[in-house]
Amino acid sequence: MGANLDFMRKFDYMKRALKVYMEKPELAALVLLVGLIILFQYLSDGVFLNANNLRGILGILPEIGLMVIGVTILMIAGEFDLSVGSVFALMPMTMAVLMADGTPFFFAFVAGMAFALLIGFVNGYLTVKFAIPSFITTLGMLFIARSLTIVISGGFPPLLPNDLPNWLFTVFVGPGHLFRMSFIWFVLIGVAASLMMSRTNFGNWIKATGGFLPAADAMGIPTARVKIAAFMLCSVLAGFAGMLQVLRLGSPLPSIGEGWELQAVAAAVIGGTALNGGVGAVIGGVIGAILIRVIDNGLVLSQVDSNWFKFAIGFLTIFAVVANSWLRKRAKSMKVET
Amino acid sequence: MIAPIISIRNMHKWYSGVHALRGVSLDINPNEALGLIGDNGAGKSTLINILSGAQTADEGEIEIDGALVNIRNPRDAMDLGIETIYQYNSMVPTMSIARNMFIGREPLKVSLFGIGIMDQQKMRDDSVKAIADVNLHLRSPDALVGELSGGQRQGVAIARAMHFRSRLMILDEPTNHLSVKETAKVIGFVQSLKNQNVTSIFISHNMHHVFECCDRVVAMARGKIVLDKRIEDTSIEEVHEVL
Repeated sequence: MGANLDFMRKFDYMKRALKVYMEKPELAALVLLVGLIILFQYLSDGVFLNANNLRGILGILPEIGLMVIGVTILMIAGEFDLSVGSVFALMPMTMAVLMADGTPFFFAFVAGMAFALLIGFVNGYLTVKFAIPSFITTLGMLFIARSLTIVISGGFPPLLPNDLPNWLFTVFVGPGHLFRMSFIWFVLIGVAASLMMSRTNFGNWIKATGGFLPAADAMGIPTARVKIAAFMLCSVLAGFAGMLQVLRLGSPLPSIGEGWELQAVAAAVIGGTALNGGVGAVIGGVIGAILIRVIDNGLVLSQVDSNWFKFAIGFLTIFAVVANSWLRKRAKSMKVET
Repeated sequence: MIAPIISIRNMHKWYSGVHALRGVSLDINPNEALGLIGDNGAGKSTLINILSGAQTADEGEIEIDGALVNIRNPRDAMDLGIETIYQYNSMVPTMSIARNMFIGREPLKVSLFGIGIMDQQKMRDDSVKAIADVNLHLRSPDALVGELSGGQRQGVAIARAMHFRSRLMILDEPTNHLSVKETAKVIGFVQSLKNQNVTSIFISHNMHHVFECCDRVVAMARGKIVLDKRIEDTSIEEVHEVL
């Protein structure tokens, strides 16, 4: 009898743990990621996980990854940013133009970041002040920022100077020179963003603002400022990511980041971020970003026609959302005491 | 004669041409449970929104303990000890009970310019205690508010208001959308407030609920107070008549 009761208690405990995990929105993405890595490893005859290929994946990952971190946080706050792909190009182009005029790297960097912050502020201010959907404001900004990039480049991307601090951003480091410095930036910023969301009161405000705006307002949270801050963070991360790519490529192309705004939204959604705010985690977005890089790379290695890439992203986006809502429904129907 | 805890003097509010409050004056006494009744558009929500900082009055004054106060936003109201529990819940369903309890007032371990790291252990412990204090039984402060029933949510909202030592608790139609059993529980909460030195304003459409748990009834119609009596001096019929 006692043993039976003990068993029941254990069972109850396991059930509760299972329920908690099933409610984690990033779970579906994580399972998918592991599955795909195994699949690609098999299809590519073991090439997928070798050092050379990992070096390739981890070299590009921070660029989309940093953008996704910002987009995820902004989506949790209940807003969208479609202009990140353009800011991704505009920020490094601003730097390149300034450096071509003789400005030192550091000041060009500060100016570029300030410009990205300003764009984020404008996005947020217009959205909040005039109560328009951020879909519209940032769609407009997508065109504006892209146009500015091309205009200030004068049609020809300026040459980058030779004395760039590549040691800080792009050189290979780590065991077996497996990743670039940009990866360290990505990890540091990812951890900081994740801690901000889970541990700080500001993270609490972001979740409340996106989760149920009337309640956040009623509890005295400065929701307008919270949203504007999230827009600025999103923009500045996209700009920083763009600079990383330009330093890696060695040339400020005005077309970089095109279409990435939608990939970033897809990554956030695959990682379990809710489109209408309140739900999501930075780690989910990061997993989504890794998934996208893994698919891009894995398809090539598996010698699948690379035009299937967008198909795969589209399929995964829908699949992840369906899987998540199914998991959540299952978890909800699991009876554990509240 | 007891000094009122809150006095409202000659309050006016216009909404683009509509005169929603037409010179309302009201004294609320300490430890009183005041029932506020009125049809839709009578002005009771406007009055409550002004007290809780969601709106500002166009004219008029509010005094707390005889001192003139300026309530510009919800934060000001909360700092003055006015807590409001709304009809549509002042809770975020996608967040845990512990996080909801402290939205906007998180205890911080370290902070810089008001932003800092939350003391999550304290948030959990205090939530458990606050919830137990209002005789609500919830297993875990980590459960999402979205998983609670309507009555449980109102219970958590009341626990939150009590935890922050509110002096005036405004309950704006707290029994809407609740089952009969849960309604009885919320009414019980309101009745128990008096024993805990909390003054309350209870807004409801349901006359019976007001007569069940309030000391005094105030009826509003067309932006004015049309009746203000002790419960024992009036009847449901009389209140109905003036509306």
